[in-house]
Amino acid sequence: MNFQATLSDASDRLRLVGDCRMGDVTQLEPRLRALRDAAPSALAVDVTGAGAFDIGPAWLVHRAIAELRARGTRVTVEGSPPGPFAYLDGLVVQDVSTTSVPVERGPLSWLVDLGQQLETRARTWYEALIFGGRVIFTAGTRWARLEGLRVPSVVRHVYETGVRAIPVVAVIAFLISVIAAYIGAQQLRPFGAEIYTVDLVAIGVLRELGVLLTAIMVAGRSGSAYAAELGVMKLNDEVDALESMGLNPLEVLVLPRVLGLVIAMPLLTVVADAMGLAGGAMLTNYLFDLSWPQFVTRLNDALANTTFWAGLVKAPVFGLVIALTGTLRGLQVRESSRELGRLTTVAVVQSIFLVILVDALFAVLFLEIDF
Amino acid sequence: MPPVVSARGIVNRFGPQLVHDGVGFDVHAGEVFGIVGGSGSGKSVLLKTLLGLRRPDTGTVSLEGREITAMGDTELREVKRRYGVTFQQGALFTSLTVAENVALPVVEAMNLPPAAVASLVELRLRMVGLPLDAAAKFPAQLSGGMVKRVALARALALDPKLLFLDEPTAGLDPIAAAALDTLLLYLREALGLTVVMVTHDLDTLARTCDRVAVLVDGKVIVDTLEGIVANDHPWIRQYFHGARGRAALPQLESHRGT
Repeated sequence: MNFQATLSDASDRLRLVGDCRMGDVTQLEPRLRALRDAAPSALAVDVTGAGAFDIGPAWLVHRAIAELRARGTRVTVEGSPPGPFAYLDGLVVQDVSTTSVPVERGPLSWLVDLGQQLETRARTWYEALIFGGRVIFTAGTRWARLEGLRVPSVVRHVYETGVRAIPVVAVIAFLISVIAAYIGAQQLRPFGAEIYTVDLVAIGVLRELGVLLTAIMVAGRSGSAYAAELGVMKLNDEVDALESMGLNPLEVLVLPRVLGLVIAMPLLTVVADAMGLAGGAMLTNYLFDLSWPQFVTRLNDALANTTFWAGLVKAPVFGLVIALTGTLRGLQVRESSRELGRLTTVAVVQSIFLVILVDALFAVLFLEIDF
Repeated sequence: MPPVVSARGIVNRFGPQLVHDGVGFDVHAGEVFGIVGGSGSGKSVLLKTLLGLRRPDTGTVSLEGREITAMGDTELREVKRRYGVTFQQGALFTSLTVAENVALPVVEAMNLPPAAVASLVELRLRMVGLPLDAAAKFPAQLSGGMVKRVALARALALDPKLLFLDEPTAGLDPIAAAALDTLLLYLREALGLTVVMVTHDLDTLARTCDRVAVLVDGKVIVDTLEGIVANDHPWIRQYFHGARGRAALPQLESHRGT
């Protein structure tokens, strides 16, 4: 039978008819709310026509009656009370502890929040520093024995972060180089200096674009992978399991990943450099029919001894930064899936930011030592 | 009245491994139906098949007379709202508080003011015997037993007539486990709730289950507990007549040596 709840105009009579399921609560609740607001001196609850009650709606009626009684309303129930009432009486009697008190927010709470955020941020940087130190220390103590370095694990990470990234890094490097060459050529054309497009591509790709784009791609791919893998392991207590066996998670989990990326990055950079030069060659050929021998000749003149190495030497440093950021953030995950998502995002964003920061530092350094 | 749950000829295969080889049974209204089997016998896969979370390779499942194996997604989703489920690890949403977890089915199903939702959350917490100050906590701050109870509170949020429980007492202390058995028995008596329960807990089986399905060798043997216990199958004898079985089921004493 369909449920109907009617409240008299004077709010002194509540009539409930039919079976009341959880879905009917949307109908029942406004009447109960109106009753609470009206707070009549007397109320008759007519359940003579009521059928079966689910526990949910029975509870809401039960509570409403109890509240009204506590506030002085005289409540009578006409007809037998809904089935669950006896059960609900038993529920309330076994009293359970009180609800917690909400935190007070005063006028200066914004200052408190600011202070807490600053403290959290400072502590995060402090933890990162300690983490970096610990990893280096662990590496140092393991250097003596090759098996302590877990070569199979390192090889796996070189494969996953390096070899499997080759296609995407190659394509990106090629495309970016084509774009840069195209823009450069357009600017040089009015001066009849198109040939210097080769210089532009070569120096740009080998010194900066090749290694930087590779690092950004790797940060997205492997920075997030490291953070997510270790984050899930934290959530599953796998890291605790390692510790309980007397194993050092830094040695087992972090170090192989760091070494893997430090090895993979320079190799990927070489791929990116090669594809970048190829892109430049292809575009100059297409735009002003520069033949391959001519390209190589110009390339030879454009490159100094240091051009290639200036880019390559940055690669392992970027790899270190990305790996440390990814693994640290992963190990900081606790408690919830939202934390996992947040820290994975932080890992990627911070890796990229730090890579660019370090790149700027290198630029200044190279300027000073004339490299 | 059609059986509340009806399974016919269920076959579940994972590559070369045949997990269920023509499993079929009925669960009647108001029954507490236990599903028992060794580890790896496919209990959880069977439960997922009954829930509509997994389509069997062949076979049909009907809930309250409606064949869910033939349904499209939208219709199946609507059916899923009519029953409550608890999972083995609790499956609470870790980024929500206990109160938000328990309130979720209600909030998603209907539009109610926050005070009414909070009142209903309080009801469910009391039903499973949780202290009200647990409401503001996050699942990561709860003990395993509390997680299970919050999961049950959430499963009961819409007063379902059918409950599927995956190892509900695993990890609970004997007091909490007994309280859960009592709650299930009350719900069955007062509301005619039907419960399908995958369990290892011999005490729960003995106290609450009307009939038991034993999953062995990819097939089921369905009987009352007394009937199962008297069965000759070697695995059943090991399961129920080992040291733990004899301790939990005094009625087995009369079958010892049979």
